[in-house]
Amino acid sequence: MAIVLLLGRALAADADPRRTGFDFMSPALQALQRDDTQNPALLWVQEGAALWARPAANAKACATCHADGSQRGMAARHPRIDERSGRPITLAGRIDQCRQAHQGEAAQGADGAGVLALGAYLAMASRGLPLAPDSDPRMAPWVERGQRLWQQRMGQLNLSCANCHDQNAGRRLGGAAIPQAHPTGYPSYRLEWQTLGSLPRRLRSCLAGVRAEPFAPDAVEWLALETYLARRASGMALEGPSVRP
Amino acid sequence: MARTLIHVPPSPRRGEVIEIRVTIAHPMETGYRPDDQGRTLPRDILTHFECRYNGRRVFAAEMHPAIAANPYLAFTLRVQDSGSLAFTWEGDRGFSQTETVSLQVT
Repeated sequence: MAIVLLLGRALAADADPRRTGFDFMSPALQALQRDDTQNPALLWVQEGAALWARPAANAKACATCHADGSQRGMAARHPRIDERSGRPITLAGRIDQCRQAHQGEAAQGADGAGVLALGAYLAMASRGLPLAPDSDPRMAPWVERGQRLWQQRMGQLNLSCANCHDQNAGRRLGGAAIPQAHPTGYPSYRLEWQTLGSLPRRLRSCLAGVRAEPFAPDAVEWLALETYLARRASGMALEGPSVRP
Repeated sequence: MARTLIHVPPSPRRGEVIEIRVTIAHPMETGYRPDDQGRTLPRDILTHFECRYNGRRVFAAEMHPAIAANPYLAFTLRVQDSGSLAFTWEGDRGFSQTETVSLQVT
């Protein structure tokens, strides 16, 4: 009976062929991410926790409006439809928007220091939760558009995202493993960057990698790709701020 | 103030050898890299780290430009008395930061 149960569990685990980038890393890097006393992304989590509680110039802190405990799940719910614009918004976009609208801060973009720190803090609060992007029907055209971009060959190397991350995931490109590209651990501390970075930054370096000209910083293509990737990874557990090679 | 991650085991026994792990947020700019305008970025690194256990220096390290950003150090220490551990980082542009952690030996 126990064997049947174990087998059943093993089969259930194998049923989902999706793997996060974590599974493709070396044991040493996995240990670095798993240990909160070593993971350098925790420096940003600390900064984010301080920012959450620290009042801005207009005396409003994040904690003024958001009750304690509400942090858990925020990262897992995005991207979702922003009621004002009717478009999807990512967690980083929401943080930036909230800071501008309620705290009188300047726009920073996904790789601004404050947005990254709060993003890391909220990613930590949602660690282990399944990624659950909005099921609103208005998401569908964005998912579709993102999927088309995903399959679109581009750049001098004439490669699409899918050529590597769907068709050749798990194999190696030069010395590096090709992951399936599920965005379960953003913002992510990349050793190559020596700092924490956002998902758009990661996408930008992939575009540069196939020798394509990256989209403009405010282009809707980033949003479409992020929306598609979140849908593609929906149900996978969030890792919190991750470490990547 | 730079953010730090300091891990000291919570209540070690007298005579025990404990592992201490420290990380500090620092760019460790080497002084060799160009910025997006082609100008060389000035060097900005940490050059020295030390740990004092009740005022006595028990571990020190010199750091150089090849060390990665947000340097992580781990070292071991035999603990005898309760007291304090003071961690000091020093570097370019007059950088100096000290963090103190109290240690309860049982």
